[in-house]
Amino acid sequence: MRNVYLDHAATTPLLPEVREAMLPYLGDAFGNPSCLHEWGEAPRNAVETAREQVARLVGGKPEEIIFTGNGSESNNFAVKGVALANQSKGKHIVVSAIEHFSVLHSTQTLEKWGFEVSQVPVDKYGVVDPDDVRKALRKDTVLISVMHANGEVGTLEPIKDIARVAKENNIPFHTDAIASTGNVPVNVQDLGVDALSLAGNQFYGPKGIGALWLRKGMRILPLLDGGIQEGGRRAGTENVPAIVGLGKAAEMALKEMEARVKLLTSLRDRLLKELPAKLDHVVVTGHPANRLPGHTSFCVEFIEGEGMLMLLNARGIGVSSGSACTSRALKASHVLIAMGMSHEIAQGSILLSFGIENTGEDVDYVLTEFPPIVNRLRQMSPVYAKFIKEQRS
Amino acid sequence: MPIYSDKVMDHFMNPRNVGEIENPDGVGEEGNPVCGDMMTFYIRVKDNRLEDIKFKTFGCGAAIAVSSMVSEMAMGKTLEEAMKITPQSVADELEGLPKNKFHCSNLGAQALHKAIDDYMGKKMGVKKESPSAAKQFEELIHVHCPYCESELEDKDSPFCQACHAELPHCPGCHEPVPKDANVCPHCGANI
Repeated sequence: MRNVYLDHAATTPLLPEVREAMLPYLGDAFGNPSCLHEWGEAPRNAVETAREQVARLVGGKPEEIIFTGNGSESNNFAVKGVALANQSKGKHIVVSAIEHFSVLHSTQTLEKWGFEVSQVPVDKYGVVDPDDVRKALRKDTVLISVMHANGEVGTLEPIKDIARVAKENNIPFHTDAIASTGNVPVNVQDLGVDALSLAGNQFYGPKGIGALWLRKGMRILPLLDGGIQEGGRRAGTENVPAIVGLGKAAEMALKEMEARVKLLTSLRDRLLKELPAKLDHVVVTGHPANRLPGHTSFCVEFIEGEGMLMLLNARGIGVSSGSACTSRALKASHVLIAMGMSHEIAQGSILLSFGIENTGEDVDYVLTEFPPIVNRLRQMSPVYAKFIKEQRS
Repeated sequence: MPIYSDKVMDHFMNPRNVGEIENPDGVGEEGNPVCGDMMTFYIRVKDNRLEDIKFKTFGCGAAIAVSSMVSEMAMGKTLEEAMKITPQSVADELEGLPKNKFHCSNLGAQALHKAIDDYMGKKMGVKKESPSAAKQFEELIHVHCPYCESELEDKDSPFCQACHAELPHCPGCHEPVPKDANVCPHCGANI
C-alpha cells in the first residue's frame, strides 16, 4: 500500500540537509553560546548565522529576529508583549475572527488584564476586509493582528492593505505568518508590517523553534525574564541545534521558493478541481485561488470528518479535519463557523495539504481512494438517507 | 485523533448491521444537538425478541462503533433484555471509549430503546418513553475536562485542576461545559 502524507499544514518532514546542519550541535559543538570560552564560540557563530538566514528569508535585519520556542510562542509574545508595552497609550486590540488560538487565547488573557478586543469578521472565503479593520479602530487601539494565511482553509489575507490602514493610524501591526513563511514569498518591507511570526516546522525545519521578526524601534515586553539572550527580549539558553536547523531551512526555502510554489500549486489545483468533480455535495473551503500553494480543504456533506480521516489513514493517507469530533474540546472549527458554515456542514471538514515530497501520483492515489470512502460513510449516514428521500419526493 | 481500542477500531472499520429495515416494527432516533451527530435504529420484533436490527449513523468513529456494538449486543435478545443495555455496558464491551467522547458518541443504547418504545407504542398500545440520553447522562458519576480530558475531581471547581482551563457550568445539569458553548453537550440545554 502507498503511504501519502498530506498533512503539511500540521507539520512538515525535516529536510536531510537541515538535519545534517544540525548534527554538529547535537555533538561536539554542545557549548552555551553565552560562554566566553572556546566552547561557546562555534554555537554562538552558528546562532548568528541562522539569524542572518532567517532575516534574509523575510527581508528583515538580523537584529530584528528573536528566536522563540515555536510559532505559538511567537504569537503569544507579539500579541501580549506589544500590547503590554504600549498599554499607557490604550488598551484596545483588533484581531480577525479566524486567528490561530495562540493569538485569540492571548487576547482572552489580555481581556482578563483589562484590555478590550474587537474581532473583525471574514467573508465566506475567510477573507478580512481592510475596511472592517479600519472601522474597528479606536483612539486607544494599540495593536492590530491579522494572519497572513490561515492554516485551516489556506486563504491568504490582504496584509498590505491592512498594513496601510495600520500605518495611517499609527498603530503597530502584527501578522501571524506561520503558515505562509517559507511556503510563499514573505517580505516584511513589502507587506508593511511591524511584527511577524514564523515557525520552523512549517517549512521543512525542526519542531520546537520559531521566530518573531520585530521591526527595529518597536517596543515589546518580554514574556521570559532572566537573561541577556536575544537582546534581553527572550531569556533562556538557546536551542542551538533547532536554531541552526531553522536557519538552514530558511536558506533552502529562499533558494527553492519558485520551484516549490510551482510544484505545490499544480498538485493543489488538480485536487481542488478533480475531487469535487468526482463527488457530489463537496465544497471547497477557503478562497478558491488566493490560497497557500499545496493547501486544499473541503467540506463533504452528510458525513463527519473523523470517519473520513480514519478510513483514509487505513489506506495510508494522512490528513486533518476541523470537525467538532476531531477536536479535543469537541467544538466545530471557529474558522469555518466565522466563514458562515453551519455546524452540520463543518462536521464534514477535511484538509489535505501537500509538501515538496508529494507527486502527481499521490494526487491520483487520493482521487482513487477518497470517493469510495465518502460513499461508504454516506451509505451509513441517516442524514444522507433523509436527503435522498427528500430529493425523490 | 483520540486513541481508540482495537474493539472500537474493529467495529468502526467493519460495522455490523448497517442499513435500514423496510416497514420496521420500530424506529428510534437519537442525536447530539451540539455536534449534529445522529443515530437511527430500525428493529424487527418476533415473539418478543429482536429478530433483526439495522442502524444508520452520522458521526465520528466512536459513534459508528457504538451503533454497531449496540446492534450486536441486542440481536436476538428479548425486549426486556435489550432495555437493560446502557451506555456504560456498551463502552465496556468496546473495551473503553475516550473519556471526552463517552457522552457525545455513546447514544446507541438510547436510540435502540427509543425504537423499542416505538414498537411498544405501535403494536402493543403501550405508551412508554425511555429516558432520553440527557437524563441518563446525569446519572454518570465521572466527569472530564472538555479540554484536556483529565477526570475532574471537583466538578464544581471553576477551573480544571490539571490544565487550568476555565470551566463554566451548564445551568441545567450543572456539568462543566466548554467556554463558549451555546448548548450543553451533556443535556442539550441552551446556555
